[in-house]
Amino acid sequence: MSLLTTPSQTVGPYLRIGFTALAVDALAPSGAAGEHLTIEGRLTDGDGNPVSDAVLEIWQADASGKYVRADDASRATAGKFRGFGRILSDAQGAFRFTTIKPGPVPGPRGAMQAPHLVVTVFMRGLLKQLLTRIYFPDDPGNAGDPILLLVPTDRRATLVAKRSPQAKATLQWNLVLQGENETVFFDF
Amino acid sequence: MSDVVGYRRPYFNTQPPYLYPGYRSTIKRAPTRPLVLLPHTLSETTGPVFGADDVAPGDHDLTAGHPGQPLGERIVVSGRLLDENARPVSHALIEMWQANAAGRYAHAIDDHDAPLDPNFTGGGRTLTDAEGNYRFLTIKPGAYPWRNHYNAWRPAHLHFSLFGLGLVQRLVTQMYFPGDPLLPYDPMYNSVPDELARRRLIADFDWERTIPDIALAYRFDIVLRGRDETPMATNRT
Repeated sequence: MSLLTTPSQTVGPYLRIGFTALAVDALAPSGAAGEHLTIEGRLTDGDGNPVSDAVLEIWQADASGKYVRADDASRATAGKFRGFGRILSDAQGAFRFTTIKPGPVPGPRGAMQAPHLVVTVFMRGLLKQLLTRIYFPDDPGNAGDPILLLVPTDRRATLVAKRSPQAKATLQWNLVLQGENETVFFDF
Repeated sequence: MSDVVGYRRPYFNTQPPYLYPGYRSTIKRAPTRPLVLLPHTLSETTGPVFGADDVAPGDHDLTAGHPGQPLGERIVVSGRLLDENARPVSHALIEMWQANAAGRYAHAIDDHDAPLDPNFTGGGRTLTDAEGNYRFLTIKPGAYPWRNHYNAWRPAHLHFSLFGLGLVQRLVTQMYFPGDPLLPYDPMYNSVPDELARRRLIADFDWERTIPDIALAYRFDIVLRGRDETPMATNRT
């Protein structure tokens, strides 16, 4: 049996009414194992203008490379690491969240994937969400990551965060919707 | 470790494209470079889990939580959350938001010259039950103008946000009302090329769930992507 899926429609400009209640910009409790980091950046459109009405949703594994599962006894309990973030961009198109660096997770055909965050993007002007990833600077796994290897070499850098020159525990990653440094988006 | 079983790719024309110039905002926001085809890994087949901690008991009732009753026609909106394989998606988070009965959102950037309703905020949440059922109590939203083109009006709609079990099941959509004369003129609705898929966005009037003397009712079943055949089956090739 196969039902027809419900089509996607845009979140429109008033997404805050629906999304603010479950917004999360601190993904990891202070006691969570792993390297604690701040990730910040800006969202810009095809004219280079800031996108002030977007939401980024983050999905990631914990420091040991495990995703919190539906059948996990530790499900959705306040104060525990859940791996989910939801960040609304501000009037300048900026976003910022804190989390821990995840561990490597299994990938296709037994290959391990380098630590990464999956990023889902919704905004006015997107009839369906965009999907992209944030990888970590200088991680030895990046060179052999089976997903990064699918991306044309000259575009891979758009998926890798940079370390802030000012603060070691801060990473910078911008989301560029169109143009020369257009972020790589996945067909999922 | 063996590969995970991925989700089916959408059927041809059943989802909107990124670039749809009839909806003007897509022009500067749709990707212009080719998308990279992503094999589904654990990162895509798992997804966030929500529970009772995330939803308060009254969150499904958008008519409550204010000193008085909101203006407008009270409605029950209910249905089932299923996947393509017709399996219920249980204990899933559904978020919903909407304009008030006059077609105005309780949002700082909505400057439509229609009254705000001090008794209506327009955001709610619920979890599906073990059989995938959900239910909201709200008021019917009004249509509103949106400046996309000359005399552009959005048909009345509810915004729905859904989480399945896997991240790639994530869906944000809009529910429309049956018989709305604005639907043929709406670029959002018409951005879905396949007519049958498009019709999935229109709720049915639901006489059986009306509440006498209180509320009319609409039924809106929502179908998320389903898992592919097992790897065993694909081995036959």
